[in-house]
Amino acid sequence: MPTTIEVEIKRQNGPDGSGAVENFSIPYRPNMNITSLLGEIALNPVTKEGKATTPITYDSNCLEEICGSCAMLINGKARMACSSLVDKMLEEGGGKIKLAPLSKFPVVRDLAVDRSVLFENLKKVKAWVPIDGTYDLGPGPKQAPQIQEQRYPLSNCISCTICMEVCPQFNDVTNFVGAATIGQAKLFNMDPSGSVLKEERLRALSGDGGVQECGFAQNCVQACPKGLPLTEAISDIGRDVFVQKVKDFFRA
Amino acid sequence: MAAATPRIIVVGGGLAGLSAVIKIAEAGGKVDLFSIVPVKRSHSVCAQGGINSAKNLKGEGDTPFKHFDDTIYGGDFLANQTPVKAMCEQGPAIIDLLDRMGVPFNRTPEGLLDFRRFGGTLYHRTAFAGATTGQQLLYALDEQVRRFESEGKVQKYEGWEFLSAILDTNGACRGIVAMNLRSMELKTFPADAIIICTGGNGAIFGKSTNSVVCTGSAQSALYQQGAFYANGEFIQVHPTAIPGEDKLRLMSESARGEGGRVWVPKDRNDKRQPNSIPETERWYFLEEWYPKYGNLVPRDVATRAIHKVVYEHGMGLDGQPMVYLDVSHLPPERQHKLEGILEIYEKFVGDDPRKVPMKIFPGMHYTMGGLWVDFNQMTNIPGVFAAGEADYSIHGANRLGANSLLSCIYGGFVAGPKAMEYAKGLAPQQGDGGHAAELIRQQQYNNILLNNQGTENPFQIWRELGDTMTRHATIIRYNAGLREADQKIVELIERYKKINLSDKSQWANTSFAFARQLYNMLQLARVIVQGAELRDESRGAHYKPDFPDRNDEKFLKTTKAVYDDNSDAPKFEWEDVDISHIKPRPRRYDATA
Repeated sequence: MPTTIEVEIKRQNGPDGSGAVENFSIPYRPNMNITSLLGEIALNPVTKEGKATTPITYDSNCLEEICGSCAMLINGKARMACSSLVDKMLEEGGGKIKLAPLSKFPVVRDLAVDRSVLFENLKKVKAWVPIDGTYDLGPGPKQAPQIQEQRYPLSNCISCTICMEVCPQFNDVTNFVGAATIGQAKLFNMDPSGSVLKEERLRALSGDGGVQECGFAQNCVQACPKGLPLTEAISDIGRDVFVQKVKDFFRA
Repeated sequence: MAAATPRIIVVGGGLAGLSAVIKIAEAGGKVDLFSIVPVKRSHSVCAQGGINSAKNLKGEGDTPFKHFDDTIYGGDFLANQTPVKAMCEQGPAIIDLLDRMGVPFNRTPEGLLDFRRFGGTLYHRTAFAGATTGQQLLYALDEQVRRFESEGKVQKYEGWEFLSAILDTNGACRGIVAMNLRSMELKTFPADAIIICTGGNGAIFGKSTNSVVCTGSAQSALYQQGAFYANGEFIQVHPTAIPGEDKLRLMSESARGEGGRVWVPKDRNDKRQPNSIPETERWYFLEEWYPKYGNLVPRDVATRAIHKVVYEHGMGLDGQPMVYLDVSHLPPERQHKLEGILEIYEKFVGDDPRKVPMKIFPGMHYTMGGLWVDFNQMTNIPGVFAAGEADYSIHGANRLGANSLLSCIYGGFVAGPKAMEYAKGLAPQQGDGGHAAELIRQQQYNNILLNNQGTENPFQIWRELGDTMTRHATIIRYNAGLREADQKIVELIERYKKINLSDKSQWANTSFAFARQLYNMLQLARVIVQGAELRDESRGAHYKPDFPDRNDEKFLKTTKAVYDDNSDAPKFEWEDVDISHIKPRPRRYDATA
């Protein structure tokens, strides 16, 4: 067992600040994760060289990989800090752990980034069921368990944006919405009541930045911490968008 | 009269907050929604097992009244009965609504909602979406709020933290002061009424099953502004959590609802792998002690049993404070319904719970107490409403599993319309309604904190607070220990005054924001330990070996803490409990009849 954990953290004071790297040497305890490592730094914010510094800014909340807050680059790979165990990361990093903010989103400070683009994208595809009202209208439509089995995995998306971070097509040139949004479009298109907005969702995904921007790199499905069937959703929505375009062409 | 369109502020974007927002937006009100985190990341996502409602789809003859009775009995008769009855009656309609919103509830072969068993009841009353029901419910409400947001009916302030209410010269609420967690800017926001939906206070106990934002800071700030804080001493310690370095991760009651069993080897020196220990050499102590409810006794009962097995019988696994929670014998289709939580265990512990029993121990989980509210969800500060875990109203001395999600939605659905009603009848404010003065008060606080020249680290104070609270104010309580805890908190408040922030910058300064929360945590911690000390009985989750019985004559009362400015400490008063529907009776889960 090592006695200390060596950590290298890419820091940045604000959106316009330049990046600087700080190194820390943290006393080793078994069963730590990356968020508890960052907690240790807050308790004693001193670098490896003995220089006083500030606690690291990062997003976190549930610490059990369900709120989607703490995505960051750990040893260069996008993953959730809470479920990344120090022992594994040390082994993988050859005795050292490197932390950096996600690279495709504006840095707020240190490891915290602004991922609000995903929530805006969810508005564009109307990712909701347009219910008539919240008054008592009785039960919803019956639904075969098989439909639930298909919908539930897509509904497990935690909006961590890792699928977007790892996607080569998610950049300023393509304006691609990313896999998470397409998965949600499929989820609501499959809902018996949600499907009333199916055509609008497909049209929203048919233009610039839509589903056709996908380059089939399949990085998203490999990196998703919740194992969402993202490539399947992209291919299903891609087909539906094509059909919708043909329909719209003949209607026009 | 106030403006034609009431303006309501909702603080907190979990299930309760979003429920209130939806009702207000639907009724034509204007809502500003404040949340520390993007609302989709609120703590409600952590709820796992399900949501109760007596839909009676299993032919068992379940009724809302039976649900009501189980809830009151489970809460050891401390909850006011009128709102609990109303909640249970609305349960079926709330489930139907969630179903219509597209929540992927598990289904029966016929396509109807499936229901599972949970603790403290003998009925299949819990609707569920795998083992991530809270996440699924929160998302459904988040989607509806996003729809209202895109229609301009809701304005979200995500990344803003509530600091205090603005009170006018009559003591009525006229808005809030909030802090932008990026620019650290303080700002006042006007409102005719506000609804506090800021959840529980697990962070006061250091390690708990709660999320990082669950500090109780907003409730404490309001308590220090004159709001009653009720039943603070009632803290639920969940029987089955995974002990962790940074937090205790919940292992849902649904594991037992689907057939999971709790046991230890009969021989405390048994070094065999758990799967190779034969049935006859395992001690299923819950099933032995509580034959009727078995592993599904209420949480306070299961927690004390595990505590007893570990500390009185000395039977913890390898001498450690842990017992087995076993789902490895369940058929794959049952394990499949628990996928979400089994994955958590596998990721954080490394063992596959489908094959080997999980090692668990009780952990601080839920805040039964909270802001005192009337039956309209309004606190004693006019215009300040509260709902969800942040208020005290539904769960009495112990919450039944799968009742929290229901109480959040019910509370929000009451608070939203009632806040609208209140706002419509509100007289216009005089002058600025107190905005400028409150803003100055908060800015002064910030200036002191930022310029303080001391030696104390807020995270160190927090760690000591958590250790103290966990030791003295969780499963077993002694008056001497509670007094010791209170003295320790007073010491920590003194040390707080010497905090030196290593980060004094004014951009996304998370330790500064945390230091503000910490002060409120310390104040609320005193309410918890002093309330516990004064209650010389055992009721629900509050257990004192020196006073092992419930004492209705003296303590069938709501504890109300009032902040006293002069002594900087709580003062207490007690209020009779509404028992207008069910007569209190002894609470015995070990009976076989």
